[in-house]
Amino acid sequence: MTTTAHTEEKILFTQGNIACAEGALYAGCNFFGGYPITPSTEVAEHMAEELPRRNGAFIQMEDEIASLGAVIGAALAGAKAMTATSGPGFSLMQELIGYACIAEVPCVIVNVMRGGPSTGLPTSPAQSDLLQAKWGTHGDHPTIALVPSSVEEMFTETVRAFNLSEYFRTPVIVLGDEIIGHMREKFRVPRSGEIEVIDRKVPDGDGICRLPYRADGKHPACLPNFGTSRFHVTGLNHDESGFPTMDPSIVQDSNARILDKVYHQRELIDKVDMRYCEDAEILFVSVGSAARAAEEVVEEYRRKGVKAGLFRPITLWPFPKKEFIPCAERAKTIVVPEMNLGQLRTVVERFARSEKILPVNLVSGEPLDPDFIVATIEKSKR
Amino acid sequence: MKYEIRFSGSGGQGVITASVILGAAAALHDGKNVIQSQSYGPEARGGATKADVIISDAKIRYPKARHIDYLVSLTQKAAVKFIKTLKKGGVVIIDSDFVDLPDSPDHRIYRLPMTSSSIAKFNRTTTLNVIALGAFAEVAGLVSADAVKKAVLDNSPAGFEEMNIASLDMGRELARAAKKN
Repeated sequence: MTTTAHTEEKILFTQGNIACAEGALYAGCNFFGGYPITPSTEVAEHMAEELPRRNGAFIQMEDEIASLGAVIGAALAGAKAMTATSGPGFSLMQELIGYACIAEVPCVIVNVMRGGPSTGLPTSPAQSDLLQAKWGTHGDHPTIALVPSSVEEMFTETVRAFNLSEYFRTPVIVLGDEIIGHMREKFRVPRSGEIEVIDRKVPDGDGICRLPYRADGKHPACLPNFGTSRFHVTGLNHDESGFPTMDPSIVQDSNARILDKVYHQRELIDKVDMRYCEDAEILFVSVGSAARAAEEVVEEYRRKGVKAGLFRPITLWPFPKKEFIPCAERAKTIVVPEMNLGQLRTVVERFARSEKILPVNLVSGEPLDPDFIVATIEKSKR
Repeated sequence: MKYEIRFSGSGGQGVITASVILGAAAALHDGKNVIQSQSYGPEARGGATKADVIISDAKIRYPKARHIDYLVSLTQKAAVKFIKTLKKGGVVIIDSDFVDLPDSPDHRIYRLPMTSSSIAKFNRTTTLNVIALGAFAEVAGLVSADAVKKAVLDNSPAGFEEMNIASLDMGRELARAAKKN
């Protein structure tokens, strides 16, 4: 199964969800398994249209559990595979996200967030799954989650999600939201080659690999493809051959290794958009569409001479603490606007004194707008 | 400069399509910064639906409309609901065959007989949204005529190009006539 590579540049005026699908295709995604759910459905629609034309495969499964199962199976067979969902479907996928972590299967999970809990507000924006992305599945596991805040970033971050997932052999999550997913902006689909596309390391020679979990130093192990090779895949703790083991030292080491392979190479993962952070006294920490409202406020404050700055993690998990700590130390006030009741704040609190922190939370289903942020700040002064 | 335009009407009238065409015209053909968004949800079928376009020379940060400069309304329900979102000094364009609003010193109203003109010329109202788009383009002058035309053609299904361009021109003509009054 191969995909036809992009060659020509395209300029589109399109939705974030379509840009996400275009990013996946650019990265060489050739398998989509999913179950449509608002507000992510356009990702699936676009993949359903494009993949068959490119010799790829699209399959609509019976639910989100089966969807991620199909994606993991396809990835093990050598495909670059993805799914797209929203909160309720993301909840159903949690068990298999853990499976993909321990079995070290590269795949991309797009979650276009909406209001929750449960079926919540299907058509309204929210940032309800920032923490579910980190801790939704049980056990210690690595998490890489990227949060785009524009149509263009829905493209570039999806490409990056595939790259990180292929390189680290781990699932990577893209956290969109209803606003970013559905709004239209102009963006340019780059020519192939303009953005690096990383493919997983496969065994040399005949492709046979008897120890698919033997790591190469701090780099993840090669991943043999089913079809050219065969190996044992399990959600149980396993040794380098892939077969289950309860040997305490092997279990200890392998559990640590799947975290270390990600967290020891932060330089390959960290990505932050920092505006005026070098002298910011009032620092805004925000992601996704809420960050665009925060950026508007920062610009308004700067025009008035207020030293405001924006710290926007594009890689949310692992949280870019190295970049954040000095900004947090300089700031007198840290404002955390988010469309949930304080999920990002829990992370900010790890690195900054809580009396400095001003939460701005909106869960009404309406977009978090700059006036709401300013009003919350003004209210806190009284 | 930054302008916010709200197309509104009943689900199925093509207000979202009109907003997408306007956005594409300004973004792809006039090189402006543009964000288009729309309301989803139960109200998007029937009732009062809306689709917004922000057109700016500068970077657009917050992506949602906050202070509407131009409101286009194709139903009374939508007009009444969204007139409250129009800023002082804003402009309203309505299909006068179905919609009326009281005069106000706060905004200028263009009452254009879009439906009756469409029936008289085309014997149908399928391109009411394009007529409204043409009227808006003429009233506001924010997007070049060439850009709007190109975007309409880009979004026309095969065989409907001519009718869409005629509808665009009809909207412009209705707006020009109203401007004289």
